[in-house]
Amino acid sequence: MPVERLEGFQAGKTADEAEEDVRRGILLTSLDRAVGWARKQSMWPVTFGLACCAIEMMATGAARYDLSRWGMELFRASPRQADLMIVAGRVSQKMGPVLRQIYDQMPEPKWVISMGVCASAGGMFTNYAIVQGVDTIVPVDVYVPGCPPRPEMLMFGILTLQEKVRSQGRFR
Amino acid sequence: MELATRVRERLPETIVARDEVTSVVAREDLVEVLGSLREDPELAFDLLSSLTATDWPGRSPRFWLSYELYSVAHRHRLRLKVGVDEDDPRAPSVTALYPTADWHERETYDFYGVRFDGHPDLRRILLPDDWEGHPLRKTEELGGVDTRFKGASVPPVDRRT
Repeated sequence: MPVERLEGFQAGKTADEAEEDVRRGILLTSLDRAVGWARKQSMWPVTFGLACCAIEMMATGAARYDLSRWGMELFRASPRQADLMIVAGRVSQKMGPVLRQIYDQMPEPKWVISMGVCASAGGMFTNYAIVQGVDTIVPVDVYVPGCPPRPEMLMFGILTLQEKVRSQGRFR
Repeated sequence: MELATRVRERLPETIVARDEVTSVVAREDLVEVLGSLREDPELAFDLLSSLTATDWPGRSPRFWLSYELYSVAHRHRLRLKVGVDEDDPRAPSVTALYPTADWHERETYDFYGVRFDGHPDLRRILLPDDWEGHPLRKTEELGGVDTRFKGASVPPVDRRT
């Protein structure tokens, strides 16, 4: 297949190397990159505030910290419209199946941020009532420590997740 | 205290501590005593504000149920204590007298394993239905429990390998 040289990402490559890229599916890798970039820019979290961390999450979404700077201000009440779950607070044993059901209802692709030490590992609630780490129920992408984490920490977690989404974008 | 004097006529085992009146009632007399305390116009305990249990392992009786009564008309309070043995953790249900006891008795059953005879629907109320044990008993293990979910069982973080 003849390769047309384009300015930009093929720069610095010989014709043979570009030919090799084509065989490896360069078209789709570029599409992956574009899709990852698009997904990163507009991520809709499902409202899943469970405890005091939810207050910090709401503060993060409100005017002062303003999550809409990263296209994330649109907290959806329906999991069908969301692709990110911020588990903000301790998950009780009885809430566990509910959380999993909401996660299952979210369309692919989807991501999970475990916000605060309670959601990440049970935190101070080492007792019978609280799930000791939400990663026993759903797969977690980013853990944000803190009790509760400040909005800056949540934003850092979100930016970390966006970097992950951008760099590991897979068209599926 | 006038209330204590009045209650002592019916229930001899009545003490006053820090201005709180507490009476000890036998388990089989409980429903009758509650009914008469409620009917007496001078006492008129028409509100059951709380019902819970305490656990004293090693003592007999091991469990003490406490019924916190309040009179809206007279604005006075009374606590009834009922001892329940470890071998036979049962008590009569008072839902017929006080409908509010319904959920309180379910909660006490949930956390202490005291069964209430005559309760219309004695199920667990706060813990998952398939929970094993009664976590507020002092003999239960402290610390985090395994996450039992969809057949899997994951121990708490400090016990994971």
